[in-house]
Amino acid sequence: MNRFAELLDRLAYEPGRNNKLRLLTAYFRETDDPDRGYALAALTGALSFKHAKPGLIRDLITDRADPVLFGLSYDYVGDLSETVALMWPKVSASHDRSSPLPPRSGGEGSGVGGVSARTAASAIAAPPPTPDPSPPRALRVEGGEKTIGHNNPPPPTLSEVVTTLRTLGKTELPRQLARWLDELDETGRWALLKLVTGAMRIGISARLAKTAAANLGDKDAHDVELMWPGLSPPYLDLFAWLEGRSEKPVNRDPTPFRPVMLAHAIEDADFANLDPADFIAEWKWDGIRVQAVSGRDERGHIQARLYSRTGEDITGSFPDLVPSLHLQGSSSFAIDGELLVLREGRVQTFNVLQQRLNRKVVSPKLIKEYPIHLRAYDLLGDDENDLRELPFIERRARLEAFIKKLDDARIDLSPTVAFDSWDQLTAARADPAQAGAGEDADAVEGVMLKRRDAAYLPGRPKGQWWKWKRDPHLIDAVLMYAQRGHGKRSSYYSDYTFGVWTSGEDGEQLVPVGKAYFGFTDEELLQIDRFVRRNTTEKFGPVRHVVHEPDQGLVLEVAFEGLARSPRHKSGVAMRFPRISRLRWDKPPREADRLETLERMLKSETGITAP
Amino acid sequence: MITHGHSDHARPGHGAVLATQETLDMMRLRYGDNFAGSTQAIAYGEELRLGDVKIKFHPAGHVLGSAQIAVTCKDTCIVASGDYKDASDPTCTPFEVVPCDVFITEATFGLPVFRHGNAADEVKKLLASVTLFPERAHLVGAYSLGKAQRVIALLREAGYDAPIYLHGAMEAITHYYQSRGVALGELRPAKGVKKADLAGTITLAPPSATSDIWTRRFPDPVTAFASGWMRVRARARQRGIELPLVISDHADWDGLTATIEATGAGEIWVTHGQEDALVHWCKTKGLAARPLDLVGYGDEDEHEPPPANEAEA
Ligand SMILES: [Zn+2]
Ligand SMILES: [Zn+2]
Repeated sequence: MNRFAELLDRLAYEPGRNNKLRLLTAYFRETDDPDRGYALAALTGALSFKHAKPGLIRDLITDRADPVLFGLSYDYVGDLSETVALMWPKVSASHDRSSPLPPRSGGEGSGVGGVSARTAASAIAAPPPTPDPSPPRALRVEGGEKTIGHNNPPPPTLSEVVTTLRTLGKTELPRQLARWLDELDETGRWALLKLVTGAMRIGISARLAKTAAANLGDKDAHDVELMWPGLSPPYLDLFAWLEGRSEKPVNRDPTPFRPVMLAHAIEDADFANLDPADFIAEWKWDGIRVQAVSGRDERGHIQARLYSRTGEDITGSFPDLVPSLHLQGSSSFAIDGELLVLREGRVQTFNVLQQRLNRKVVSPKLIKEYPIHLRAYDLLGDDENDLRELPFIERRARLEAFIKKLDDARIDLSPTVAFDSWDQLTAARADPAQAGAGEDADAVEGVMLKRRDAAYLPGRPKGQWWKWKRDPHLIDAVLMYAQRGHGKRSSYYSDYTFGVWTSGEDGEQLVPVGKAYFGFTDEELLQIDRFVRRNTTEKFGPVRHVVHEPDQGLVLEVAFEGLARSPRHKSGVAMRFPRISRLRWDKPPREADRLETLERMLKSETGITAP
Repeated sequence: MITHGHSDHARPGHGAVLATQETLDMMRLRYGDNFAGSTQAIAYGEELRLGDVKIKFHPAGHVLGSAQIAVTCKDTCIVASGDYKDASDPTCTPFEVVPCDVFITEATFGLPVFRHGNAADEVKKLLASVTLFPERAHLVGAYSLGKAQRVIALLREAGYDAPIYLHGAMEAITHYYQSRGVALGELRPAKGVKKADLAGTITLAPPSATSDIWTRRFPDPVTAFASGWMRVRARARQRGIELPLVISDHADWDGLTATIEATGAGEIWVTHGQEDALVHWCKTKGLAARPLDLVGYGDEDEHEPPPANEAEA
């Protein structure tokens, strides 16, 4: 645990991506199984256990420290976990340390003006004229902490912490935590408290951690990414392969999630370099991106799963779709598509679909009123075959055949949009109803362009897929700060500052680009307000800092009328009439838009600038 | 009477100064020959009498020549600690507990969150980083008087025998340490060395220099800072430090409290830092205690003058 803590500590201070990689890879090289595997799990967010509440940590310290001293310390340090980690009393150390000191000779004397019980002159009489430097006279010998600890149990390993936390009952947690805190050093205690409170933010992405692991064996991070869904902590098979001790791990999960391929937002200037003949266009549906996977377990039983774009298992929220994924006669398949609500064959708007999202309980009434549907646009696997390396045009042909064979009303094919020139596609995008979308046009938010020869690659590879939204004045931004509203909204956090990504000195960071305080429904206001209260990281007067990390935070789709250059704003741009057009609970903050997108909008579309 | 050579304790312009030889030398180095009307050197353990009053200097373990000053009149002994630390330091005489009635203690790190571990472990951290990043230079910010020499000595104790580079502002004081018999190995000025040749090396510099354009002469530098303040993350982050090294020349919380108890003093005057917490602690132990609100004493790590000023010394 101490070594892992040291790694986290160093990563937190290191700004450079390559240097972070080096630190991580060095850690994986020097650390044994299974500790390094659990570390990889912690860094990729693959660990799951119930988090301890800050109140518990506070109780632990108030049982052991003077409340005044704790208060002064907390004020100074500003972070609960860190304060507790630093001031956690060292039971054995303080006992040992006081022993070499001369015993207190007084205390009853009141010093100046008072009568001391002893004469000071005799107490300090006749020390040697020059102090003897060889036997350390210091109260403490360097390295003392180490030797003092020899009677104590060794500090817990990361594996011990992780495996214990998984099974530990709530009532046993405080005592177990206290025991570990006694055994760990300052940095170890800090990392432990961050880990158990679920507040371990160290500024590295899961992708970076996987890349560092791949570097251990000079392997491609892409390979690790592909096999990742089938792996589980502590990743013994992965490390064995990386170190050349065994074959590449095979994915035994019958229904693995495949990392999704994402599109770049296209800009006007991009079209000049693109040939329409290289691309296939589809409607961009205003739904939820999902991956529907079906497979057979070891006993031959069909299993089906529905994943969100981030790989979260959302099968439980859509039981009505599951039977459609049980295709007899097929051993397995994986469809990439859009989750929509269809009523009488017509695609409903996102607002309607939203009634089905984030539901813990799915009632029969809900299922009946909001019938769920899958619109397929890609086939990633079919009967044991991994199709991802095939060109899109071939995958599309297989998808068409597959959907036909499936013959299920709940799953259909996302149609292509015919076009020969960019002008033709521009017209289709402007009026989807006339260009084939018909009555579903309201649920079309633009067009997707996919290269005919594009393999299915995880992440956002350059030049392969493009999204061309219908409304050019929409961006996905991340909620950064919230402030209470006025009047009847004064009890709600209803004024939001949002930001987009940019590369700064400390790597990727969010820069605020605007504020919005309307556009949301009352129900959405309640949801955001709840989110703000539960995810506040700091308070400054009426303003709350809301968590905004690559993997944690709330993405807001912001609509606006125009952009103008503004030297007054840190971002350099100002929005006209910004409002929240929808909440993207489905989108991780790292996928929000970038400042460059706004800057390009500003440059290329002077027409959208406010007069 | 001056406890030690740091600028918040040793100022020029006094009529007569009593201090250890090292402290007088350092004042001369920093302020020039006429830094005081007259000077008198006193050794550790040597006793002077002024009428009814006896004066004695004891090692404080803070920097070379640092002293606690015991003043005794009739039955009462007051000890002014100056700055002190109870942790071992290869560059100065170890701290000595002086029993007394009134103890005037510093409180730079007077909060229980400040517990400085083993300085040798911090130096190991630095050396591990040098091994991991051999193509980068390592810049260690350290106060020029005391901390820099201690870090160098600790590096030598850890077996690091390559030349260590120095910022110009610390050359004079470091050479003074060497002249007093403190072994520091081979030292070179960083000035004039080719950028590429600084890869894989360690350079000591005043803290303020590690964030200025002076660092551009180093290849992709790793910025370290050796200070007790590095215990608190926000402090390290504020300064843009990549490698915080918790090495302090002041006593930590445990050191302060253990020392206070060991002196046997019934009355404690607290100054120079975080007085409140330490005064509170003393009271919970039944000791009379009060803060001495003295102006002008601060932490040298935080308020170091820019290197240009120091270069005059
Ligand atoms: Zn000092
Ligand atoms: Zn001082």
